[in-house]
Amino acid sequence: MKPSILRIGLLRGGIEIKQFLRQRESVVFTMLFPIMLLFIFGSVFKDSIAPGVTFSQYFVAGMIASGLVNTGFQQLAITIPMERDFGTLKRLRGTPMSPVSYFIGKIILVTVSMLVQVGLLLVFGALLFGLNVPTSAERWLRFAWLVILGSICSTILGIAFSSVPKSGRGASAVVSPIVIVLQFFSGVFFIFSSLPKWMQDFASIFPLKWLTQGMRSVFLPDSFAGKEVAHSWESGRTLLVLSVWIVLGTIFAIRSFKWSDR
Amino acid sequence: MTVQSAIHVRGLTKTYADKKNGAKVAVAGIDLDVHQGEIFAILGPNGAGKTTTVEILEGYRDRDSGEVSVLGIDPGHLGNDDRSWRNRIGIVLQSTGDAADLTVAETVHHFSHYYTKAKNPDQVIAAVGLADKTDAKIRTLSGGQRRRLDVALGIIGSPEILFLDEPTTGFDPEARRAFWELIKSLQSEGTTILLTTHYLDEAEALANRVAVINNGKIIEVSTPENLGGRNDAKARVAYLSEGGRVEILTDSPTQAIAELMSKFNGEIPELTVSRPTLEDMYLEMIEGQGDQS
Repeated sequence: MKPSILRIGLLRGGIEIKQFLRQRESVVFTMLFPIMLLFIFGSVFKDSIAPGVTFSQYFVAGMIASGLVNTGFQQLAITIPMERDFGTLKRLRGTPMSPVSYFIGKIILVTVSMLVQVGLLLVFGALLFGLNVPTSAERWLRFAWLVILGSICSTILGIAFSSVPKSGRGASAVVSPIVIVLQFFSGVFFIFSSLPKWMQDFASIFPLKWLTQGMRSVFLPDSFAGKEVAHSWESGRTLLVLSVWIVLGTIFAIRSFKWSDR
Repeated sequence: MTVQSAIHVRGLTKTYADKKNGAKVAVAGIDLDVHQGEIFAILGPNGAGKTTTVEILEGYRDRDSGEVSVLGIDPGHLGNDDRSWRNRIGIVLQSTGDAADLTVAETVHHFSHYYTKAKNPDQVIAAVGLADKTDAKIRTLSGGQRRRLDVALGIIGSPEILFLDEPTTGFDPEARRAFWELIKSLQSEGTTILLTTHYLDEAEALANRVAVINNGKIIEVSTPENLGGRNDAKARVAYLSEGGRVEILTDSPTQAIAELMSKFNGEIPELTVSRPTLEDMYLEMIEGQGDQS
């Protein structure tokens, strides 16, 4: 009996989650840090920024978008170079395990941690910071495709970016600042429309800006669409930008992925 | 190529691009045949081309030219054979420090799912001497214990060929002896073993044949007993005379001792008779070559 690629992929998913839960730093960093930020920002900035919209609501929507980036891009772009450094990848490549199974395992890890993180942010946001959980099917549907496409995009870009850091130890130092700068530029910590034009233009290249805007279209009243830079939620354009990044990321990931560092 | 060849190599070359020196020739035309069921050791100084050669055989690296066949398949062009070929080989790399948060049992059991003919994971753990560490996290293992886990993961799939890259680095003498027994028992099951090592006693204890490689070329392939003409080498008879220690190199040590006995009229002071060790032969060969790297 030949072990199937999917079955081994599922087993790898189990192993990935087990390892993740046993690394206390990664649990704290990936899961609790965003919740902490939610408490800090949500507690400090309670002012209204538009009729019926507080900054904490705006911020929670941005943090949910960031959650997709943290659990996919940031997590993979840091841990895969470490696995490469340790020789984990090289050893796996020497076994009959299909590379596809390895990536299925990573996708399972990202999906589970993403669901937990987005779930936590939704619950805390709704209970403590007045986040309006959508009531219409149309909004839930939009939320669903944003989460699915956003996760796929974030995962693929994380795998693609994993060949950029020169060493496993340095990966966090390369990846974390990129994520933090993008968060500042993309309307997570500040209101996007109040940022300088060059910052807005720069952020518009990257997926996070579109994800934060998309999440606002799910969690903020439609009247707020007029306050966006384009005076619209731009759902169609969000779909387009995410799709382009997914295609480009896939091509780059396939070309650049390395199983060992030499 | 004969049916008995598990590994067959002709005219293998590999050159690396080097930013400082232009290009570095790592493998400069190697021919090699490893027979099915034998333990074959590759000896050579650091940078001699051992690891490059082995990694080409393992399918990790491309070659520049030459002919390579491992179990009848070219590891440089695996294509769709990749998984079925890897199912038949086992690799123990030089060092790995991964999956530190899993236990020994979890790791070995997990790897056993990759193979069609996996051995019983608990038996493998016991065979490498980690039975009392079954539930220990990998991060708590000593260097030697980690190495034994590496070996467990290399043999879990009942490989037809096992590649061992410096397997006993960091072992204490007792663990090395136990490891040698394990390797011999794998051979008796029919596994072909390709070993690279720095330890000449290890090569001598295990290998049916050894190849000495230096500067990307094979200097000699022989049995450990015959390497460098060791079987024909002169014996060294040494004793203490009034002027100090005297050494005689001779082809007939028994006769030399008989002569000494009559000269000393009985007991010869501090008599020793020795043959060159594998290490002596090896060092002579490497030094004779000069170190060009």
